[in-house]
Amino acid sequence: MAGVMLLMAAPAVGQSSETVGTRLRYQDEHGQRTPVEGVVISVAAVDGSEVGAGHTDSDGVFEAPVPGPGVYLVSIDVDTLPAGIRLREPDRTTVEVEVLESRDGRAIFSLISGNAEPMEESGGVSVRRVAQLTTEGVKLGLFLGMAAIGLSLVFGTTGLVNFAHGEMVTWGMLSAYFFNYFGLAGIFGFMAGWWPPLGEGVNLIFAAILAVIVGGTTGFVMDRWVFGPLRIRGVSLIAQMVVTIGLSILARYIFLFIFGGNLRFFRDYSAQSALQIWIIEITPKDLITVVLSVLILIGVGFFLQLTQTGKAMRAVADNRDLAESSGINVQRVIRIVWVGAGSLAGLGGVFIGLAEQLSWLIGFRMLLLIFAGVVLGGLGTAYGALLGCLLVGIGIQLSTLFIPVELKNIGALVVLALVLVVRPQGLLGRRERFG
Amino acid sequence: MALAAIDWGFILIQTVETSLGLEAAVYALAAVGLNVHFGYAGLLNFGQVGFVAMGAYGMGLSVTLWNLNPFLALVVGMGFAAAFALILGVPTLRLRGDYLAIVTIAAAEIVRLLARSTTLGEITRGAEGLHGFIGPFRELNPFDPGAEYGIGPVQFGGNQFFAIVVGWALTAVALVVIRQLMRSPWGRVVKAIREDEDAARALGKNAYWYKLQALILGGVIGGLAGMVQALGKATIQPDSFVPAYTFFFWTVLILGGVGRIWSPVVGAMIFWAMLTFFQGTLTAMVNEGLIPTALMDTSQVSQIRFMLVGVGLALLMVFRPQGIFGSREEMMLDVR
Repeated sequence: MAGVMLLMAAPAVGQSSETVGTRLRYQDEHGQRTPVEGVVISVAAVDGSEVGAGHTDSDGVFEAPVPGPGVYLVSIDVDTLPAGIRLREPDRTTVEVEVLESRDGRAIFSLISGNAEPMEESGGVSVRRVAQLTTEGVKLGLFLGMAAIGLSLVFGTTGLVNFAHGEMVTWGMLSAYFFNYFGLAGIFGFMAGWWPPLGEGVNLIFAAILAVIVGGTTGFVMDRWVFGPLRIRGVSLIAQMVVTIGLSILARYIFLFIFGGNLRFFRDYSAQSALQIWIIEITPKDLITVVLSVLILIGVGFFLQLTQTGKAMRAVADNRDLAESSGINVQRVIRIVWVGAGSLAGLGGVFIGLAEQLSWLIGFRMLLLIFAGVVLGGLGTAYGALLGCLLVGIGIQLSTLFIPVELKNIGALVVLALVLVVRPQGLLGRRERFG
Repeated sequence: MALAAIDWGFILIQTVETSLGLEAAVYALAAVGLNVHFGYAGLLNFGQVGFVAMGAYGMGLSVTLWNLNPFLALVVGMGFAAAFALILGVPTLRLRGDYLAIVTIAAAEIVRLLARSTTLGEITRGAEGLHGFIGPFRELNPFDPGAEYGIGPVQFGGNQFFAIVVGWALTAVALVVIRQLMRSPWGRVVKAIREDEDAARALGKNAYWYKLQALILGGVIGGLAGMVQALGKATIQPDSFVPAYTFFFWTVLILGGVGRIWSPVVGAMIFWAMLTFFQGTLTAMVNEGLIPTALMDTSQVSQIRFMLVGVGLALLMVFRPQGIFGSREEMMLDVR
């Protein structure tokens, strides 16, 4: 194991006391990340008692020592922000930060510059807000859908609900992060000094492509060396499901071990000022990822509809025995489904990471939303998964018109339960006896 | 060898303490509930930690919010868990097993998110957790809080010992109840539904209703586990109910052998003995410098613990699904 080092874990190691703080920067019109100085930041414990307060320094950094691990609230005084700079989400002036033992907590305030009007205050229903939230919802829905198609097709072809699918999303996101920042040297220290993407980071676009390849390879490995052999051994689907759970816990805590508990951003395109299109504000990166995911999903649709392999996939999902007896190589189809599922999950992870923050836990959170979407659309159907996820994405964002933002994902999960009562086969599912 | 520098005695004492103490009692109870679900009724409950949380919060809130006496608080906690079972079971138990799995794992996470949300912060005290409910329970404690109880080097404080005794007593009661139930006609119907639901229905048994009863029974026992934990820790933290813990219970259950009366107890003891010994050894090795801090620090040891459980669960399920004592036939079930 000599030569293996954990660059990510290293900076936090060995500190005796924890701090909580933030680093305020925005991206100016030249794409330069500029620190914001002199903004008043305060840190409070969850019971409201103040722990520390002060101004950000010339690097835009403010840190306050805290008594120990726990949850702290970091607030920004928006009135002290320089003119022309504002929060992307005006409501988020206070951020909850969890401090783990010997790890600092960092609050992330997303700052944007520009003359566009800020997003309106929450609570009111206005055309602008509905349009903005619908856009956000479509974005979320597309990214969820990209990850969900794989989950649904794996279920359709093998009958297995893959609880590790969320970790495949995280895996894509984190491998893109490592390729973006450090190359493989971020995990295997001895590679430092090699050519990119092994020894150093590459642009996020290349990193994303690498992440898709990594995701597809993972899908292949999962089928070739884990679930393929389990099918042949005749291990029951329940047992296989528990195996996916075991793998997901393993993967999740490996991610935490290597990546740490903090939220991060990609190196490229992390802070962009929003474009104004009609009454909707959208950053260029969001616009591009949305267009890309639409194109990819249309491509997947064509693949399923027109190619020999795509038709075979749908046939296996529809009726496995009939497909097998009509000469389709079911094992090969399943292998391809796994590779595709892994690649799409990986790409979905990169897109979700671009739109939000990177974290070791994001895959599990997304998995629950993906489940909601997949069940809503019909478990086992590719197009149903997509439709369900779009509806879930839009529903989640629009629900913030009426309920607190922190509860928005819960709404989606309640819908999941209601769908099962009313229409268990989902919107596009075929009616069969489920009992 | 620097291995000699490690305080093996201390690690061994800790190992014995957790495998007999509060942790094992809580896990045994939760796994007893899970055994009713999965072992006897064949229900895929992937959200047992949600039942545990409901029991704990039900008990805690009865005191902090409604000032009920401890025995009523116990009943309210059980009621919370039973209500949770109804909410989960009514929509899903008519469907195939994997739907219950999906809904339970999601619902357990909803409970945790709601408990730590600022919207319910006035009631549940958010991420800080619920305190200040322990007083009335401590008044019932027959042991001296200042004294130490135990055998030889394994000693527990009075309050802790009280929670442990309550935990194992409740486990014993639950085991007796389940043993009798499973020998009754009710138990035979539940097991028949697990083996072949269609056949049970053809014989006129209302499978849905039996499954719902089993879900409630196992859920209430899971709720008791939460109450014991709250009693021992004197606080209820929402983040002590993360989804992964459900699968700690699963590991306990499968380790002991699914569908056996004693398996959760044996499983919990073995599970905690292995986990504590491993964690103690690893922590000591980090502290003694046998593992360089560049590779790992002590706060990361508990992450290794989760990884270990993940691998262990997957391997057990593939290579020894019947656990240490179970019989293979009990595990030959399938979703479809």
